[in-house]
Amino acid sequence: MIPIYTRRRMINAMHLTFSILAMIFGLFWLFWILFILISKGLDGISVALFTEMTPAPGNTGGLLNAIIGSLMMVILATLIGTPVGILAGTYLAEFGQHGWLASATRFINDILLSAPSIVIGLFVYTVYVARVGHFSGWAGALALSMIVIPVVVRTTEDMLRLIPDSLREAAAALGAPPWKVVTLVTWRASEVGILTGVLLAIARISGETAPLLFTALNNQFWTIDMNQPMANLPVVIFQFAMSPYESWQELAWAGALLITLSVLGLNIIARFFLRKQTLLA
Amino acid sequence: MSKIISIAKLRKQQLLDQLFQKITWFFTVLVLVLLITLIGSLVVGGMPTIKAFGFGFLISSEWNPVTEKFGALVPIVGTLVTAIIALSIGIPVSFGIALFLTELSPLWLRRPFGTAIELLAGIPSIIYGMWGLFVFAPFFASTVQPWLWDTFGELSGIGFLFEGAFMGIGVLTAGIILAIMVIPFIAAVMRDVFEIVPSMLKESAYAFGATTWEVIWNVVLPYAKTGVIGGIMLGLGRALGETMAVTFVIGNAHQLHASLFMPGNSIASALANEFAEADGELYTSALIELGLILFFITFVVLACSKILLLQLKKREGATT
Repeated sequence: MIPIYTRRRMINAMHLTFSILAMIFGLFWLFWILFILISKGLDGISVALFTEMTPAPGNTGGLLNAIIGSLMMVILATLIGTPVGILAGTYLAEFGQHGWLASATRFINDILLSAPSIVIGLFVYTVYVARVGHFSGWAGALALSMIVIPVVVRTTEDMLRLIPDSLREAAAALGAPPWKVVTLVTWRASEVGILTGVLLAIARISGETAPLLFTALNNQFWTIDMNQPMANLPVVIFQFAMSPYESWQELAWAGALLITLSVLGLNIIARFFLRKQTLLA
Repeated sequence: MSKIISIAKLRKQQLLDQLFQKITWFFTVLVLVLLITLIGSLVVGGMPTIKAFGFGFLISSEWNPVTEKFGALVPIVGTLVTAIIALSIGIPVSFGIALFLTELSPLWLRRPFGTAIELLAGIPSIIYGMWGLFVFAPFFASTVQPWLWDTFGELSGIGFLFEGAFMGIGVLTAGIILAIMVIPFIAAVMRDVFEIVPSMLKESAYAFGATTWEVIWNVVLPYAKTGVIGGIMLGLGRALGETMAVTFVIGNAHQLHASLFMPGNSIASALANEFAEADGELYTSALIELGLILFFITFVVLACSKILLLQLKKREGATT
């Protein structure tokens, strides 16, 4: 019979060991995935990757059209989504506060934030692609912008709320009308934080594949016409990885490495800014 | 003279105020309208199948584009089973990670470890898919599956779960990869709610001579219960809607099998694989209705999660 004191200590040690193992388990996958990505992706990184078009099966080539297509759609989606997100977030933090509209929007926004991205692709397909009759870069950008909006709304509201009311009151006491208080004082005080939200949103959409599958589709050739189906990195990676051709698979790994590095890089930069903002406030 | 100017100025400012407020109001309404049109468009798009098959769509396992007979049972079951596997692995591990980050880790290690786990959430899902298909699945087929079969295969009751060829791809593989993907989400929420437990409560328990584990289990966990469940629901929402990672490894077969080693299908991966090529109104509409079902399930799960987390916030506000 083990004394109860020893037994409790043993149970404690057992669970704490489990906790450390869980941490190792989590880190293990991260390093395994990153290791595979780098070892397989580095082989495919070359000048041709950035200067040549996606090849036909069996041929060599690069990912230039896909990289440009992705960049265009991501930039456009950010340009559409950011103003909408910032203004709606401003309403939630500065004007609506406890009204029913603000509460409802906050709720809906959180749902949109975690809604399956493929459903958003489906939505853009039914309201845009099916109407126009063909896949296009515009549809892809629209689908991505619907993912940008909730992220920006959320961070804008959170960041504006970090600004102490005394700042607003001081501005109002000097006779500034509310719109000036918001644009010249609170926006400025929280601009780093709002920028972080935009960066996080860009990071999120850079790797999104599902909403592009039936909006932008894919295009083997060079195009910068947003009304055409448009090549983009995630869908090219998907198509090439699933193919039986080795040259395609190698390109897919190189593309995967590119995407992951840019997404993780953006995440780390955003995190750095976020810390700066919270330290300021 | 100057008085008139200042009145005009004031007017102008008031007008601008109105304008600015209206603009922000407009975009807020836009966000709201977006969700309503999203649901509306899915309902309209799915109408032909809703009319053609009615409620039977949910319980039929037939999926035949040639004869235009459609049923959603296989993808629904696949979605739920993979999510359940993901959670049953993900919850204990996330709990362990949150415990480590809040109670065990030395202070200087907390940030780097926390960031590393959050980076796991940042990896795009297509990368998980590729890694799963090319690296994890072969490893799984050669090592883990034979071991699972040797250990559990002979047991009556659960043995049937591990029958079939060791192919590496299938429902179980998809579930495990989903688990890795939801761990950072659940762990992050758990860590945050563990951190808001007042240290006075924990210190009192320690003062009574409780061990670290007893403090966690009897003090921290009950206090943070709602938040923990909210975090789990959030992870569940992610697991249900995940598309690319699952599409790569689930096998995309419209068949029902009891064994977890066999290929299956989930709603999201059926959409990803078939939608762009679907021809015929009924086929497209069947896929859109699948999307509607997926959205409905995740909506309910996410709404529950949100309500639970809000309750916790309210209570926190009341005590501090």
